[in-house]
Amino acid sequence: MYDVLIVGGGVVGCAAARALSAYRVNVCLAEAADDVAFGASRANSAIVHAGYDCEPGTNMARLNVAGNAMFDELCAQLDVPLRRVGSLVLAFSQDDLAALQRLYDNGIKNGVPGVRLLTAEETHAMQPGLSDKVTGSLYAPTGAITCPYELTCALCSNARENGVRFLMGSPVTDVRTAGDHLTVTAGEEQIETRFLVNAAGIHADEVSALCGDESFSIRARKGEYVLFDRAASGFAKMVLFQAPTAMGKGVLVAPTVDGNAYIGPTAVDQTDKDDTSVRPEAIDELTATASLSVPQLPLRSPITLFAGVRAVPSTGDFIVKRSEKNPHLIQAAGICSPGLSSAPAIAKEVVELLGEAGLVLEEKADWQPLRRRPKRFRHMSPQEKAEAIRRDPAYGRIICRCETIPEAEIVEAIREIPGVPSVDAVKRRTRAGMGRCQGGFCMPRVMELIEREAGIPMEEITKNGGASRICVGVSREEGQA
Amino acid sequence: MRHVQVAVIGGGPAGLAAALKAKEAGAESVLILERDKKPGGILQQCIHNGFGLHYFGQELTGPEYAQRFVDRLEGTGIELKCDSMVLEVTQERRITAVSAADGLMEIQADAVVLAMGCRERTRGALLIPGDRPAGVFTAGCAQRLVNMEACLPGRRVVILGSGDIGLIMARRMVWEGAQVLMVCELMPYSSGLNRNIVQCLQDNDIPLYFNTTVTNIHGRERVEGVTVAQVDPATRKPIPETARYVECDTLLLSVGLIPENELTQTTGALMDRVTNGAQVDELRQTTAPGIFACGNVLHVHDLVDNVSREAEIAGEAAARFALGQVKNGKTRAVTVSGGVRYAVPQRVNEDCEKLELYYRVGSAYKPAVVRVYAGETLVKQQRKQIMTPGEMEKISVQLEPGLSDIRVHVEQA
Ligand SMILES: Cc1cc2nc3c(=O)[nH]c(=O)nc-3n(C[C@H](O)[C@H](O)[C@H](O)COP(=O)(O)OP(=O)(O)OC[C@H]3O[C@@H](n4cnc5c(N)ncnc54)[C@H](O)[C@@H]3O)c2cc1C
Repeated sequence: MYDVLIVGGGVVGCAAARALSAYRVNVCLAEAADDVAFGASRANSAIVHAGYDCEPGTNMARLNVAGNAMFDELCAQLDVPLRRVGSLVLAFSQDDLAALQRLYDNGIKNGVPGVRLLTAEETHAMQPGLSDKVTGSLYAPTGAITCPYELTCALCSNARENGVRFLMGSPVTDVRTAGDHLTVTAGEEQIETRFLVNAAGIHADEVSALCGDESFSIRARKGEYVLFDRAASGFAKMVLFQAPTAMGKGVLVAPTVDGNAYIGPTAVDQTDKDDTSVRPEAIDELTATASLSVPQLPLRSPITLFAGVRAVPSTGDFIVKRSEKNPHLIQAAGICSPGLSSAPAIAKEVVELLGEAGLVLEEKADWQPLRRRPKRFRHMSPQEKAEAIRRDPAYGRIICRCETIPEAEIVEAIREIPGVPSVDAVKRRTRAGMGRCQGGFCMPRVMELIEREAGIPMEEITKNGGASRICVGVSREEGQA
Repeated sequence: MRHVQVAVIGGGPAGLAAALKAKEAGAESVLILERDKKPGGILQQCIHNGFGLHYFGQELTGPEYAQRFVDRLEGTGIELKCDSMVLEVTQERRITAVSAADGLMEIQADAVVLAMGCRERTRGALLIPGDRPAGVFTAGCAQRLVNMEACLPGRRVVILGSGDIGLIMARRMVWEGAQVLMVCELMPYSSGLNRNIVQCLQDNDIPLYFNTTVTNIHGRERVEGVTVAQVDPATRKPIPETARYVECDTLLLSVGLIPENELTQTTGALMDRVTNGAQVDELRQTTAPGIFACGNVLHVHDLVDNVSREAEIAGEAAARFALGQVKNGKTRAVTVSGGVRYAVPQRVNEDCEKLELYYRVGSAYKPAVVRVYAGETLVKQQRKQIMTPGEMEKISVQLEPGLSDIRVHVEQA
């Protein structure tokens, strides 16, 4: 019998798992996919929002500002990149300046540190290359960028190290109340648990309904992006929003922690919750709108397109509370943007809600909050590189050329994956295949390493779990070439 | 820090030929650094025929062609380090590399030859929208999977782009029992060699559609189909009414090669926006003195035979530079006009008398006339039955001493 079953291995579920791993409670996380960071936590804007955007008094406003403040310590403990690059909301007209004033006022009410209105000159000085139509901006120094899937994978690893069980490839399809606990069907397993934390992202309304709580629904809103080559991305220093107008929220131009710039997201309502395809028209829409902020976008150097799906709750706010219908159920649902920014605070609140619901929370004496892993090869000094290769020659074998990822880090990642290793699961943890050749060169090598380390035959290795097999069989001339 | 006279980066056909020639030209210490397990570069996975007709007067497979050069290393004293990845080359010709066997290597070279080859353009660079399932491969990646990993990448295949690797892979997939439904080419002509179109496509009844592209990819986990549409030849934009769904499980991309110039850029050498390679003189010296470039890292070749020749020029010059025999003086620019897209070299030294210019045209000419000018003076004129963007052209000219610009011009005859 588990004390807590978390449903969903996104950033929210994994943050909750990691927060709970500090206590002497028995925790399991069930995830439908073969890896964590499979839903919205894989493809989003990667921004740790400052918190001026949310309506004062909402869960979003409170959890965003609190979550943002927790990021420095969290990322340091987990060795996840975080860069406080600051954000600007750009104004292009008199009306926009009024909108900035409203955001500024929100920021003050929400307790966002350091927000400031800037003149056009101050704005251009801070971020060169902006359109000369920019008339001013709202500056938030606490706006930051991180890597959402790396954070999610790191939370998962650290939670596992501290005793949380991760049950992968196990969708929750049935929940029954059995006296003082729940019996949950997750994939092949029947799980008994005292509490269930619903962190099922876009499908959280369905999981809630399985528990007998139909008090909300979730709609899907897709966001599409264009990512640019690092070599052409130096212009993006800060996160650049556009002032919200009657026309919409605008699109972002921003850097990633890896030094690529991107433009996006769009906002497309759709009925299919799992459709992450990029529409053909998205590219023109994005470039037209983003060029208003930065006229000289590196449109000749895109490296990929991607999309994520926002989980938009019918209540208009994050749903973080104990269910009124099922006392065993704690909701962490409707976590749309700024869900990434809020995740650490949501996790903390989930723990508190469990405590209020009667879970005894006794701290572990041996909790290990640090994710202990070697420094990344690409960040090492020449001396450190020499030393690393001396210790383990697999550091001297570079598998991904574009991102300089050695075999040692790929092997480490394969061992760290909670489910069946796939090429994309390795990519999320190491960046192998994320560079300008997009895995054209290293994918077969990564497959060889997966075969060697995990014993999965080449022809059964998948791109991203499930039925996404890379090859359909063995070649006729096997052994000849 | 280790010192060598000539360091060659890359052990493909360009690097091997450059190293051999450098040694022959008198360099005492020559070192080749190759990141793969074995030398040969991309030729290792090209197990089909068609290499060496010009250079050896004989049709060889890729590995056979490479092996001829590898065999010649024997006894020369040239040092070949495989599994060695170069991380940086500075303007001062200092090289940082890593390998499992040697750890971190720091090498000072008197001359450097860049021969890193090229990589394939990807789906992302083309901005093909849609899903992101398994089953979308660059042709070279699929080729490696079949030829070196003994895996079959797919059974119902659409190929986008009629570059040579795509054409070769079309035939290879047919041999493997797969069905190749079509090859789509955005342009009104193929960038592949005519002999490959005949032998790989026509002999296997595979249709080749010009002015056609893939506009969408469908399938959540594995490719289930693609949308194919004709493009307006003037704008290259898809014509929505012509869009159709083609059921398939694999999309192979053969949409161009991009020289791998990340290291070239760390040397500060000036680049050519058209070739995506460095700007060089007739010795294949970049604008960074003592740093030379050859093969596909300089500009994309269609025949390996030309790569070997170009590499020999660079290798010999690198040795001479290391021995203090190259004086960098004034140069004259090489420019292009009419139908010429680019020409290599981009500049020549004032004392250069016999110049071999390699160039490509931007569209098909049938028949074509090519003229080379020095300043206003016509120095050579040639007529050609046909010129296409897929085939690299060469013209030799005798130069009078002087500093006037040289210009290559092509037009319809
Ligand atoms: C386009 C876009 C841009 C965004 N930008 C930002 C941003 O810049 N900053 C920010 O703070 N936030 C941003 N967000 C929001 C942020 O990404 C999300 O709030 C956050 O990732 C939500 O995490 P999650 O764990 O709730 O959901 P998810 O990451 O979607 O995880 C839910 C998981 O539950 C699993 N699951 C579902 N049903 C079941 C079941 N029955 N059984 C088992 N498992 C199940 C799914 O497979 C999935 O892995 C953005 C979102 C999108 C889509």
